[in-house]
Amino acid sequence: MTLTKILTAMTQDTQLRSWEVFTQTRSGANYIHAGSVHASDRNMALQNARDTYTRRGEGTSIWVVPTDAITASDPDEKEMFFDPANDKIYRLPTFYTMPEGAKAI
Amino acid sequence: MTRYTDYPHSILCLRAQKQSDMNNQTPLHTYCLRLGDNALIQSYRLSEWCSNGPILEEDLALTNFALDMTGRADLLLAYAATLEGKGQTSDSLAYRRPEKEYLNCLIHELPDEDFAFTMVRLMLTSAYDMLLYSALEKSQNENLAAIAAKAIKETRYHFAHAAGWVERLGDGTAESNRRTMQALTMLWPYTGEMFETDSAEQQLAADGIIPDITSLKEPWMEKVAQVLKSATLEIPALKTWQTGGRTGRHTENLGHILCEMQYLQRAYPDATW
Amino acid sequence: MTTTDIHTELLKNFEEKIERGDAIEPKDRMPDAYRKHLIRQISQHAHSEVIGMQPEGNWITRAPTLRARQILLAKIQDEGGHGLYLYSAAETLGISRTEMIEQLHSGKAKYSNIFNYPALTWADIGAIGWLVDGAAIVNQVSLQRTSYGPYSRAMVRICKEESFHQRQGYEIMAKMMKGTKEQQEMAQDAMNRWWWPSLMMFGPHDSESPHSGDAFRWKIKRASNDELRAKFIDKTVQQAEVIGLTIPDNELKWNEERGHYDHGPINWTEFYEVICGNGPCNLQRMNHHKRVHDEGKWVREAAEAWTKKREQKLFDLN
Repeated sequence: MTLTKILTAMTQDTQLRSWEVFTQTRSGANYIHAGSVHASDRNMALQNARDTYTRRGEGTSIWVVPTDAITASDPDEKEMFFDPANDKIYRLPTFYTMPEGAKAI
Repeated sequence: MTRYTDYPHSILCLRAQKQSDMNNQTPLHTYCLRLGDNALIQSYRLSEWCSNGPILEEDLALTNFALDMTGRADLLLAYAATLEGKGQTSDSLAYRRPEKEYLNCLIHELPDEDFAFTMVRLMLTSAYDMLLYSALEKSQNENLAAIAAKAIKETRYHFAHAAGWVERLGDGTAESNRRTMQALTMLWPYTGEMFETDSAEQQLAADGIIPDITSLKEPWMEKVAQVLKSATLEIPALKTWQTGGRTGRHTENLGHILCEMQYLQRAYPDATW
Repeated sequence: MTTTDIHTELLKNFEEKIERGDAIEPKDRMPDAYRKHLIRQISQHAHSEVIGMQPEGNWITRAPTLRARQILLAKIQDEGGHGLYLYSAAETLGISRTEMIEQLHSGKAKYSNIFNYPALTWADIGAIGWLVDGAAIVNQVSLQRTSYGPYSRAMVRICKEESFHQRQGYEIMAKMMKGTKEQQEMAQDAMNRWWWPSLMMFGPHDSESPHSGDAFRWKIKRASNDELRAKFIDKTVQQAEVIGLTIPDNELKWNEERGHYDHGPINWTEFYEVICGNGPCNLQRMNHHKRVHDEGKWVREAAEAWTKKREQKLFDLN
């Protein structure tokens, strides 16, 4: 980046950057997407996420990710992307018949 | 009115008072008023930022701090009222005293010049509160220790937030640096009062109820100097320390604060809200 | 297939999805009209939350007890938080918060009319919480089932937080009605001023709302203005009776056949006057928002500059 570009970009008035927020509500649980916040850097993003999404004790841990770092699957490709997994039922434990009397399996 | 049973964690336990507590009733009452009033006036200034923040997220942050401080004021003033034993409550102390009976340090009542002023002030006072409440956690007085245990968590977060902003504003743009330096220059003369003591408080310290406040000055300076260095700011040259709040002699600002704050209770003295 | 054929096919798929009750997510294909409608609705909802912080914020420094101050602070903080959830939802549709704020300032985007009324006494804080938030709840509960995923999820979150808002307002009114004569008069006066504007929050009568067709078909809107208004009146009348407040409407009467209260005529002239900018506080609310935005500029710029300097340092190291 040239110096002029840096200086121009530096003095732009924005609403800072967008970060996606994931919260874990208790130890060991999954991190769930809660929404987004704006912040200029990761420390601010963590604090803002805490103030916005955990005011009622809904979080023990928070992840923040810059919004444009998220890659999402394409809904148009849903069939190609997800359907082939739907008919591989041998991945499910219920596919298998177990001999009667066998325990812990 | 605050009752101890209002607090789910029962953080205030009314055990039989020790002899040292009984001897220290009046000085301890004064001490709690000082700490309570610091929190009360701080909370007032912070709450003025509501719907005025530089970005919506910061509105939420500042409101949180105001909430923390109001809660702290409530606990400390309630305890002061108990110590006095004359039927006062945290509300009657907060809303019905005349100006000269408020004992907050002057630094808290100064009006916010701008966002830099608010963040510099919060950084300076929360650095102090972190040290103070860490020490108070070990107090021989169980009530103070319990209040301190709650306050220390809040205050660490206040410091993290404020120090972060002082660094961003100090080392941001030329304008933000100028404003932050200006804020620091205005506030610096008011920091000395936080470390003042008197013979009554020295006795409380000797009895292990409060820390020796003068011993906190050096660690405070270290913490603050670290933040200012990251923020590319210099410690201002001091001319004179400003003082008086701890003994009830205030700046012109307190009168206006009380005028606003006390309005409903004064205008409708018989009403319950 | 022609372009028209493709569009017809896409629209058919989209409407089938809605019909099935599936949620529409940010990356899904959607008609431009759907996207535009939602951007407008969600951003205006967000703006309303933020502007709404002003009338209530007017009484924070004068809150009459420490408990009242804490509760009011927490409530207004929630409103700010709701604004954040909604700006966040709107941004998934391809508009930035910067643009949304510009639209608010230019007048292109509106906010709820109710916040163009002044909060004159402490009783107004009670009335706003009880009536205004009460009306908002009725609307928001309905929106929890709206078709756009991020909007419906934001509404679920908001609804969880909203019930304390209404309770704090009602508690204030109840306390005052049990208090001194002056307090009772103050409460009734606030009631008189906030009742009719609260009814107007639900918008024009169904017969006057010609553009709702798409909003219903695409499940953006889940219930009509009059339905929601009736729900609000029915529950609120009982609440007022319990604490001894009089609804300022001589024509208010239970209609057994309809199963709802009949009410007097709403002053739609006043409604449109306020919408067009001539209400008691329109200019004040907008000036406040603009001033705060301008005053915050140097702060936002400083934060960005600080981050960019560090990014540049990392860049230089590489």
